[in-house]
Amino acid sequence: MAELNRTVLYDLHVSLKAKMVPFAGYEMPVQYSLGVMKEHLHTRSAAGLFDVSHMGQVILRPKSGDVADAQRALERLVPVSVLGLKEGRQRYALFTNEKGGILDDLMVAHYGDHLMLVVNAATKHDDITHLTTHLSELCSVEPVNDRALVALQGPAAEAALARLVPGVAEMRFMDVAKFDHEGAELWVSRSGYTGEDGFEISVPNDAAQGFAEALIEMEEVAPIGLGARDSLRLEAGLCLYGSDIDTTTTPVEAALEWAIQKVRRTGGARAGGFPGDTRILNDLAEGTARRRVGLLPEGRAPMRAGTLLFDAEDASEPVGEVTSGAFGPSLERPVSMGYVPTPLSDAGTKLWGEVRGKRLPVAVADMPFRPATYKR
Amino acid sequence: MKYTEEHEWLRLEGDTVVVGITEHAAEQLGDLVFVELPDVGTTVAKDDEVVVIESVKAASDILAPIDGEIVEVNEALPENPQLVNEDPTGDGWFFKLKIEDKSVLDEFMDEEAYNAFIE
Repeated sequence: MAELNRTVLYDLHVSLKAKMVPFAGYEMPVQYSLGVMKEHLHTRSAAGLFDVSHMGQVILRPKSGDVADAQRALERLVPVSVLGLKEGRQRYALFTNEKGGILDDLMVAHYGDHLMLVVNAATKHDDITHLTTHLSELCSVEPVNDRALVALQGPAAEAALARLVPGVAEMRFMDVAKFDHEGAELWVSRSGYTGEDGFEISVPNDAAQGFAEALIEMEEVAPIGLGARDSLRLEAGLCLYGSDIDTTTTPVEAALEWAIQKVRRTGGARAGGFPGDTRILNDLAEGTARRRVGLLPEGRAPMRAGTLLFDAEDASEPVGEVTSGAFGPSLERPVSMGYVPTPLSDAGTKLWGEVRGKRLPVAVADMPFRPATYKR
Repeated sequence: MKYTEEHEWLRLEGDTVVVGITEHAAEQLGDLVFVELPDVGTTVAKDDEVVVIESVKAASDILAPIDGEIVEVNEALPENPQLVNEDPTGDGWFFKLKIEDKSVLDEFMDEEAYNAFIE
């Protein structure tokens, strides 16, 4: 196995007694001394600080100097209205392939003269190659290697961050802005991946540890590991790339059609023109054979990724499969998501999941399991 | 108290043995979220899978450390699996086994040997 990378906050994690595990080529904290359950609940009741420096930060800079050229260029790779993204705003997007499958999910932010992309850790090298291959005539593709990325999430996130950076209190959900903090330029977005209000903050490597420590020293902020990050995003109904979405799932199968603005759909001014457009536009018009749904097991046994789903207790063939599942600490019950045939995708539909050879009842449920608390 | 290499503790109470997992095991597993206990009255053989536990990370089995009959289970655990993390050697016990011959406990580690084992 290749040697694992470390983020610039590695020493801080170790000093905070984190349990470190390999994740997407990095040694990352899965939990700290609080443990997954308490870390999850702390994020929902106060504020949690996450190191997400393993994710890819990529600048897309237009060679013409006109950012609209970069926006138009990126639209070739995503079924999303990038041109409709205004300065100071961020939007969720998907890289698709020729078959309509999902290569990655990402955030795109408009910083005036350039775009800033945040992509998944495991896919970042492929994403950069993909961007370079298709866009380098029009844009310079600049991987950002000199910055850490942290997320501060939870109802106390605004108060905590505003103590260091007062301007962030003015931001709304999905706003982005740059701030100076003790001479370091911070790139801040009001977003995250927990269903909570909060921020993601890109901070220069040499300022990252001091910045993270200043937050952790605050009463309401605790460091949170990948374990709680997973249960938080699951309760929020958010997809994990590589589990819930991948190259074999299309955006409509994954119930992500909300990310495809009208202008990119059939009849829109910039309809199609992205990889897999034929399949994806057809999916939008005709529907798909299967859908990603929320699943609530009736008992206490978690139904984890790989659990087969059946439409009857004695059915011989499965109809679907769980792609993510865990105990949801805020809901105090197990929660899952997975793919089922569209006719079985309505909330309330009763299915069975096979756990350790036993068929246990599970109901299709609306997501998010817990309403998001974004500051819109 | 005696200890197994599977990180269980065994405590003799009259002619029954109380079984739980050690603090070290509870810490390694992380927060428990699910416990499935055997039926009282079940006769088990050493190494039978008698309890299913799931932590936030994964599922695992608790094996019967010795032959015997399950005479009591900790009814509080299915509703509150976290008891195992909070008090693994007390309120977090799993089941009680009735045994014929107390000398079967002699083969297991004492506390000193167990501490050396997990070093």
